[in-house]
Amino acid sequence: MAQKIIAGVTVDVNEEGYFTNPAQWTKDLAVEVAKEEGIQLTDKHYAVLDFLRDRHSKGEALTIRSVGNSGIVDIKGFYGLFPGAPMKKAAKVAGIPKPASCV
Amino acid sequence: MKRLLILGAGTGGTIMANKMRKQLPRDEWDITIVDQHKTHYYQPGFLFIPFGMYNRQDVVKPKTSFLPLGVNVIFQEIDRIEGANNHVILRDGISLKYDFLIIATGTRVVPEETPGLKGPLWHKNIFDFYTIEGAIALADFFKTWQGGELVLNIADVPIKCPVAPLEFVMFADAFFVERGIRNKVNISYSTPMSGAFTKPRASKMLGTLLEEKNISIIPDFYLEKVDNEKKALVSYDEREIPFDCLVTIPVHKGDPMIGRSGLGDEMDFAKAHKHTLRSDFFPNIFVIGDAGNFPTSKAGSVVHFQADVLTENLMCAIENRPFTESFDGHSNCYIETGFGKGALIDFNYDTEPLPGSFPFPGIGPFGLLKETRMNHYGKLIFRWIYWHILLKGKEMPIDSKMTMAGKKM
Repeated sequence: MAQKIIAGVTVDVNEEGYFTNPAQWTKDLAVEVAKEEGIQLTDKHYAVLDFLRDRHSKGEALTIRSVGNSGIVDIKGFYGLFPGAPMKKAAKVAGIPKPASCV
Repeated sequence: MKRLLILGAGTGGTIMANKMRKQLPRDEWDITIVDQHKTHYYQPGFLFIPFGMYNRQDVVKPKTSFLPLGVNVIFQEIDRIEGANNHVILRDGISLKYDFLIIATGTRVVPEETPGLKGPLWHKNIFDFYTIEGAIALADFFKTWQGGELVLNIADVPIKCPVAPLEFVMFADAFFVERGIRNKVNISYSTPMSGAFTKPRASKMLGTLLEEKNISIIPDFYLEKVDNEKKALVSYDEREIPFDCLVTIPVHKGDPMIGRSGLGDEMDFAKAHKHTLRSDFFPNIFVIGDAGNFPTSKAGSVVHFQADVLTENLMCAIENRPFTESFDGHSNCYIETGFGKGALIDFNYDTEPLPGSFPFPGIGPFGLLKETRMNHYGKLIFRWIYWHILLKGKEMPIDSKMTMAGKKM
């Protein structure tokens, strides 16, 4: 398994840079991962990250629409927070595996 | 008398009615199944209708033909489940009490979720093939279509049978080649995913196939709306795809009754444990198939494998024993690739589709993750198996757990 040093901390990641152990995630690490994606985190970002981490910990599937229905942000807003590929980027910053949305 | 109540008489509910009637003594257990519709559709057959290979008669039969004696059948809409009171309220106000409940209400397409999809062009230039009406309307359209931009779009995931859209575009390629107008038809496949399929090896194999057939993939396209005047799809990041014929796989949701009962997620899929199949909310409620929020394919093969696990676990719950079975996410899909060939994939929650042979290691007769004629025959034979063996809950020579035997890493 690959490892990566982020902000002086060694974390387990896959070949695409997604955390393989969500327990290693901290808010400080999220700031650094977000920077790599060109994103400056705001409270709105953190609210989305918490939602994703919570859903992941319960073993639930993650979709863009589920974020849009979460009451935190609508889908357009989600694209605004994580431009381009919001679910993939948000999962990476949230320290959870890449969502296998289609199975 | 104790009562087992099954909601939904589709694939999952019908199999469970057959299996549980054999398990539970008739003098102790009453089994009742409820559904609002009397017709059972062989949904894998919808794919064949637009191309004139099947018609309506090939895919419909009455639901009662597949339910065993000794099971009460009620055809009525379900209003809600009251889990705390152990009863279900039907549309006309009748209350059905239960000791154990199985939710098998499936999933449905909701084109209304996407602005403009069910607009003026609906069933004129925009078609779905996940309903019998859409599949037949598309068959009529194709009879006289002279060509143009044929765009398949997946509005969102999860969807029923994630390989059906791929099969559709490959069938379309073959269909227009045979009609002699393939040079006038541009086929594209637009998807919110980053490739033909998310599991890496299958995505590569299927992506290459599409390329060979001159079908372009438009990945990471997340549909916001359809512009009926421009005849174009518009994504949330404001990209546009013009079409002359749009084949849509609309947003899927669970039954709204799940939402009304407070047992689901925001898409009305019933929340349940992915291994035990027990509802997250009540210990005497279980979920099977498309109705659940399980992170595996919404497909008949999954329902079939889950039914074995659910039968065991339900008996454990009834007899107050710890669960003995665990569902591994096993899914098994034949993929039609056109011109009389097909591919086959076999996978579960943890193992992606791999190449090899199935079900007998080294022998087959089916080939995994490759195109063969035998795989195509497998798919055609499956319709017979579905009506005569699978729905009736009879034994099949395929284990409900995925096996690595015959697979190559």
